[in-house]
Amino acid sequence: MQKLISSLLPVCTVAICLILSGCGMGESRVESGNREGILHWGNATEPQSLDPHIATGVPEHKIITALMEGLVLKDSTTLEPIPGVAESWHISDDGLIYTFYLRKNARWSNGDPHNAHDYVWSWWRALQPALGNLYAYMYFPIYNAQAYYEGDLQDFTDVGVKALDDHTLQIQLENPTPYFLQLLDHYSLFPVHRPTVEKFGTADERGTRWTFEGNLVGNGAFTLNEWKINRYISVNKNPHYWDAERVKLNQVYFYPTENLTTEERMFRAGQLHYTYEVPVDKIAVYRQKKSQELQISPYLGSYFYRFNTRVEHLSDKRVRRALAMAVDRQKIADQVLKAGQVPAYAITPPNTMGYYPQSNLTFDPDQARALMAEAGYPNGQGFPKTEILYNTQEEHRKVAVAIQQMWKDVLNIDVVLLNQEWKVYLDSVANGDYAIARAAWIGDYVDPNNFLDMWLCDGGNNRTGWCNPDFDQMILEQAPKAKTHAERLKIFTQAETLLLEDMPALPLYIYVSKHLVSPSIKNFPQNILNQPSFKDIYLQAPDTAMSDITGKETN
Amino acid sequence: MLRFAIGRLLQAIPVLLIVISVTFLLVHSAPGGPFSADKAVPPEVIKALEAQYNLDQPLWQQYLSYLGDVIQGDFGPSFKYSGRTVNELIAAGLPITAELGLYALLIALIIGITAGVMAAIRPNTLQDYIPMSGAMLGICMPSFLLGPLLVLVFGIYLDWLPVSGWGDIPGDKILPSITLGAAYAAYIARLSRGGMLEVLSQDYIRTARAKGLSEPLIIVKHALRGGLIPVVAFLGPAFAGLLGGSFVVETIFQIPGLGRFYVQAAFNRDYTMILGMTVFFATLIILFNLLSDMLAIWLNPKLRQQSRGDS
Amino acid sequence: MINQNSPLFLAMRRFRRHRLAIFSCCVLLSMIVLVISAPLFEIWLGVSANQVDLYSRMVGSSLQHPLGTDELGRDVFLRLLYGGRISLFTGLTAACFAASIGTVIGLSAGYFGGRLDALLMRLTDSVIALPLLPLLIVLAAIDLNKIGLPEAIVQSEDVSFYRIVLIVALTGWTTVARLVRGATLSLKEREFVMAARGIGASDRHIMFRHILPNLLSPIIVAVTLSVGSVILLESVLSFLGLGIQPPMASWGNMLTNAQQLIWEAPLLAVYPGLLIFITVISFNFLGDGLQDAFDPKAEY
Repeated sequence: MQKLISSLLPVCTVAICLILSGCGMGESRVESGNREGILHWGNATEPQSLDPHIATGVPEHKIITALMEGLVLKDSTTLEPIPGVAESWHISDDGLIYTFYLRKNARWSNGDPHNAHDYVWSWWRALQPALGNLYAYMYFPIYNAQAYYEGDLQDFTDVGVKALDDHTLQIQLENPTPYFLQLLDHYSLFPVHRPTVEKFGTADERGTRWTFEGNLVGNGAFTLNEWKINRYISVNKNPHYWDAERVKLNQVYFYPTENLTTEERMFRAGQLHYTYEVPVDKIAVYRQKKSQELQISPYLGSYFYRFNTRVEHLSDKRVRRALAMAVDRQKIADQVLKAGQVPAYAITPPNTMGYYPQSNLTFDPDQARALMAEAGYPNGQGFPKTEILYNTQEEHRKVAVAIQQMWKDVLNIDVVLLNQEWKVYLDSVANGDYAIARAAWIGDYVDPNNFLDMWLCDGGNNRTGWCNPDFDQMILEQAPKAKTHAERLKIFTQAETLLLEDMPALPLYIYVSKHLVSPSIKNFPQNILNQPSFKDIYLQAPDTAMSDITGKETN
Repeated sequence: MLRFAIGRLLQAIPVLLIVISVTFLLVHSAPGGPFSADKAVPPEVIKALEAQYNLDQPLWQQYLSYLGDVIQGDFGPSFKYSGRTVNELIAAGLPITAELGLYALLIALIIGITAGVMAAIRPNTLQDYIPMSGAMLGICMPSFLLGPLLVLVFGIYLDWLPVSGWGDIPGDKILPSITLGAAYAAYIARLSRGGMLEVLSQDYIRTARAKGLSEPLIIVKHALRGGLIPVVAFLGPAFAGLLGGSFVVETIFQIPGLGRFYVQAAFNRDYTMILGMTVFFATLIILFNLLSDMLAIWLNPKLRQQSRGDS
Repeated sequence: MINQNSPLFLAMRRFRRHRLAIFSCCVLLSMIVLVISAPLFEIWLGVSANQVDLYSRMVGSSLQHPLGTDELGRDVFLRLLYGGRISLFTGLTAACFAASIGTVIGLSAGYFGGRLDALLMRLTDSVIALPLLPLLIVLAAIDLNKIGLPEAIVQSEDVSFYRIVLIVALTGWTTVARLVRGATLSLKEREFVMAARGIGASDRHIMFRHILPNLLSPIIVAVTLSVGSVILLESVLSFLGLGIQPPMASWGNMLTNAQQLIWEAPLLAVYPGLLIFITVISFNFLGDGLQDAFDPKAEY
């Protein structure tokens, strides 16, 4: 009997192996990709939509920029505007009228001609409230766009967008907006192909099938090939693209790699060229052993804690400043985050379009204790129960635990950690149902305005209950009317100083983007928007001797 | 038997109704709506979205219209995946999860029954203790630990098998199937050991032994049929569990199956998706339980007679 | 002195013969003593379990940290003890609650029969048909304040613990309910129940005084066997970020945190993993032993 069974076992094992279609590994996906010009890209999540006027997330952004293009592109190193669909443009002296001259050879991916009327129609569509475009505010620098969106104006011809002829588009702005050209490279201002949109539904209908596999028509360097839900999205080189000769990649595969640890393992096993993230605890390992694959660069994003100023003891700005001063940001950056995040003492990242915030905030335990005593809590006595709210994620937890300990050590106060799952956390913060909440802001465009205008009294993203009319006046009235760049920056500096004085939010650190990048990806410069240019990237296998090592090495 | 099956199916109707109602209430009372987002959502947008998905109607009306749709087999549009219906998403994920579940179950059965029978033949010897401790290890090892371990050893250190995917690279189905099957293999080993032990002590086996039949013949021809009844009864819940519980494995191995859809839907508050998947899974669980009960009755003559009187 | 033929005594004797179960019982008892004395160790070592020390992260064993520290510099030994408290306590309470609900439902269904039986059994089937884990996500998010729980519980740090107990209690009672119902059905036809009814005892009296005591042994076995699975369930919930919430430790969340570091610091995963293993296996052996001991068919 024993024999019978022990002889059965190997047979079964072999059978299972056969069922599961053969053991043994040949060439890895990265290796064959290098040969065939196929890029395998870790893209975090399954996109909710590929409609540029509906989508909101960063992963969606990556795919949409491969499929579509705006009037203007950004240089992937300097982020300066460079010609996209518009081959040139002219800005009037008062900075209010932009005239774009579109390329005559621009085409949709089905070969249809692509012209200025496409923009007028697409932007009209993007401003239909029924469409539910969360990025509608990106249009608001355009003359009358906000009024039209909010229903105060019925006639779209009064909005400052006009096609002067087939290849000339004129845009009129409300105020001079130095960052307007940058906005044009944001997907919310991309054009859509009218016949395709209307073939699958009305213009302002959400959730039609026009962006699906086989339907989508775009104007970008790539066209949608396959969309396998939760598996991958693949895009092919677009032969009708005006700059098709420059596009080197034949295909890009985007994988929804939700689980960071899995993504890292996929990279190690040669299944990905590029990862969306790097698990915190792997950074040190890669630094030590394979630093050429670890790519860390500054990212235009700010990590901070919101104070709910409607909570009684947090309405005292001395308490808020004391809490902020008691946090040793350098230690958090070095010991907890460990990826070279920059400790932040202001909300706007330094060097945002030449802007450097001035901050009088430092790590100062003595002064923190003094302020706390002044506010009526000497040595932390009588400090009410306070919660730090964060959404469930490893990194947020570690930061919160560290801060909890620092406040205990410096101020002798006990705070409680409370984590909520993402959607619940969003609701709690939006409803003001928190005391201190973890938050972040990632820049949509490179300008201090993007980091400061959320703190306006009725700013939808303010959420702290903090309101200072002087601050509003500077952001809304003074800055747009500034004559020179320097003057404008000076106003922003004043506004941010005011903000930091009141400290409705506790700045913690400036993000870095962290990726594992295969050495075979070439021509892939980093920028603070972390925006890749798929039309420039090409793949070149490293020397064969090298690739043998990369496959096997462990850590 | 037929009457038994029909009776059970009829009972399933109120059961499903309870399932739908409970889930509906649960989902709608959970904080965090499907449209809450990182950035402030203007009220007019929220209104437009709620109108599109009928969320502006009173709850009871939503409930009734949902019930009406479900009866017609329509689970409605997904809130998260713009433009896709829940039916479409289930259809995309089901074949993959079913395949994964099937392989895992096969592995679990082969390993579990082998280990259990081996243990039952020589109880309280090493041949019993070793496979049974292995089984306990399998039960106690959460799959979120076993999966990464297998990946690190076979995927990265030895570089024999792919670390993720399903049907993309040859061999990528092996590790997830083993990971998912391991815990069930352990349960099956315990069940078949228990079942075999009981059968082996019964009179008809003693008779067979006395007749001088060879031991392997006794085991295979006489004992297995009765000894595996507990395993058969476990198959229904197990397969349903495999389908529903595969999400950890699907997350670790990046498999585009139903489990991942389901968990994502719960996190995203994709109301229709959660409801649709729950109803779908509940139906499957009921069906599989019925099937495995019927199989168990068919295997056990005593129960066969009872079932005529029962239900 | 002791009636050598009392069923309890016989059960004890059968149980004592089950060496593995005795051994498991000892293991569990010593574990309970250890985790209860956790504060003593805290005083002795001079560190507290939740104290973060970013300058001594993941250090090896030392006098101050017998098992080293974790990724935030917290003492692993103390966290294991405190985690054990939580895990064992969660497992025991949740299993007991689930069993109580199951007993009441099974008893009522079996005893009263008829419509009530049909209704309760359909309810049981529904709970069995509910796919557990995704619903847990939704359940775990529900605002406990809204469903009328007192502020003191909702606001306390232990809320994640109550949640898990609640979730297990609400979904885990079906096995016991079916078991109890089956047994009740046969018991209520027995002479002693008939006799009690004959002398006009109330239903409640019969159910809880006459029938329930006869069901205790299978219920105890079921509880013992399910403690382990609750501890495992908590670890899976922790994997989803829905288990016991930090800074409180549980074996489940320690294991989850360690799984990212499994290659760099395998011991961080081994310790909680091993403890979960030992506990679950002990509860299982104990359950097996009790089952054999209480088995009415068993030879003496």
